[in-house]
Amino acid sequence: MSSMRVFQLGLRRAAAPAFRGNFAGRMVQRRLANSQSASQSSAEEILVKQRVNRPVSPHLTIYRPQITWYGSMFNRLTGIILSGGLYVFGFAYLAAPTLGWHLESQSLIATVAGWSAFTKASAKFAVAMPFFYHSLNGVRHLVWDMGRAMTNKAVMQTGWGVVGASVAASIYYGFFV
Amino acid sequence: MASTRILARLATQRSAAAAIRTPVFTRGFASVSDTTTRDPLSKVGEAINPDPARKVVPESQTSNIKEPEPEKGSKLKTFHIYRWNPDEPTSKPRMQSYTLDLNKTGPMMLDALIRIKNETDPTLTFRRSCREGICGSCAMNIDGVNTLACLCRIPTDTAKESRIYPLPHMYVVKDLVPDMTLFYKQYRSVKPYLQRTTPSPDGREYRQTKEDRKKLDGLYECILCACCSTSCPSYWWNQEEYLGPAVLLQSYRWIADSRDEKKAERQDALNNSMSLYRCHTILNCSRTCPKGLNPALAITEIKKSMAFT
Repeated sequence: MSSMRVFQLGLRRAAAPAFRGNFAGRMVQRRLANSQSASQSSAEEILVKQRVNRPVSPHLTIYRPQITWYGSMFNRLTGIILSGGLYVFGFAYLAAPTLGWHLESQSLIATVAGWSAFTKASAKFAVAMPFFYHSLNGVRHLVWDMGRAMTNKAVMQTGWGVVGASVAASIYYGFFV
Repeated sequence: MASTRILARLATQRSAAAAIRTPVFTRGFASVSDTTTRDPLSKVGEAINPDPARKVVPESQTSNIKEPEPEKGSKLKTFHIYRWNPDEPTSKPRMQSYTLDLNKTGPMMLDALIRIKNETDPTLTFRRSCREGICGSCAMNIDGVNTLACLCRIPTDTAKESRIYPLPHMYVVKDLVPDMTLFYKQYRSVKPYLQRTTPSPDGREYRQTKEDRKKLDGLYECILCACCSTSCPSYWWNQEEYLGPAVLLQSYRWIADSRDEKKAERQDALNNSMSLYRCHTILNCSRTCPKGLNPALAITEIKKSMAFT
């Protein structure tokens, strides 16, 4: 019995790959790059030199368009359009008498009356769209400030809801009123 | 003769000084306190100090490193990966293309990156550690959204090409490795540890009720991968002063802790126009968080706690 076992062990040893001749030199990994040691101060210097050259990773151009940040961007843009438009018209109205412009209601009505129906409606739509988007999105911000509707799902739903509602309202007030 | 030479030297010196302009408009949108002089007109000046906002070379102008031994019926997918090598400091960042057989690649984006590094291009550099979404090392911008490469599946649609960038609007150390120094400094500034002056009543550990402990759920799980902060446009433009969603969530984690006794001081530190109130509820942060947390809600809770006290 035991002689059988010894025989089997011998067979197994013979079958296994031999460990003879496996010198340390053959196992050691070869490093092709040389390394230099640097002192603490010189390492700092190298770091400072590198920092000067670092590029800024791309941001606005590569981030995926999402209703979150696109909605916020359009909120700001429409705010600028609305307030900017108000200021431009207000100052132009103030300066109109001195500069000889005709911005009083009667002449404006007369000008618009000369437009085609489609131009009139498009102009109304162009004013209504920023107004409704900015107002409805403002409501969204008020809700958020109370800590409500802050989940991803609610943000997406209300975001697209505001877009849809402002398009619908602008079409209604632009073309049908 | 000597006097003319001195005059000539003076003249050249003055014109040389006049040619150096301060780089006011060379840095894109970031507001930085960098006032080093550089000459945007000359190549020499650029070699000393290249523009950090320099354009990325698109993948159409770089090579495509192919799958080493493609077989029949292999699912080949192309990955475009942002590369920049600090050893060539003046070079532009570029998009390098790699084609991999998805049958031989693991299911996650990190598996693809590791396979590229192991088998085709060992120079590709990225951070990784736990490969299971708990260390936050492999945060990067994959297909336009910040996420952890180890938690992001490779889309099996081989017709679509994947794009991998480092976290947006960060200084790049190398390839996909951004410089996180400022982020960690901001984290340190909110004092992320328990602050108490009184000992616990019975001399044992500080205890809290189950309800108080529940307030920390959704806050303590944050792994500080910086995905949310670098997805925030407000943080892109005001990185130096605005703390960003991740750090504010951490700040709220300590404000909300019933055992902490410095709540008022923590709120005071945030009570200025920049640290907290640069949050315009854009909500990119909650949308992108790979751990499913809600930094925007935490920021709103801070704002509420400061408004109604």
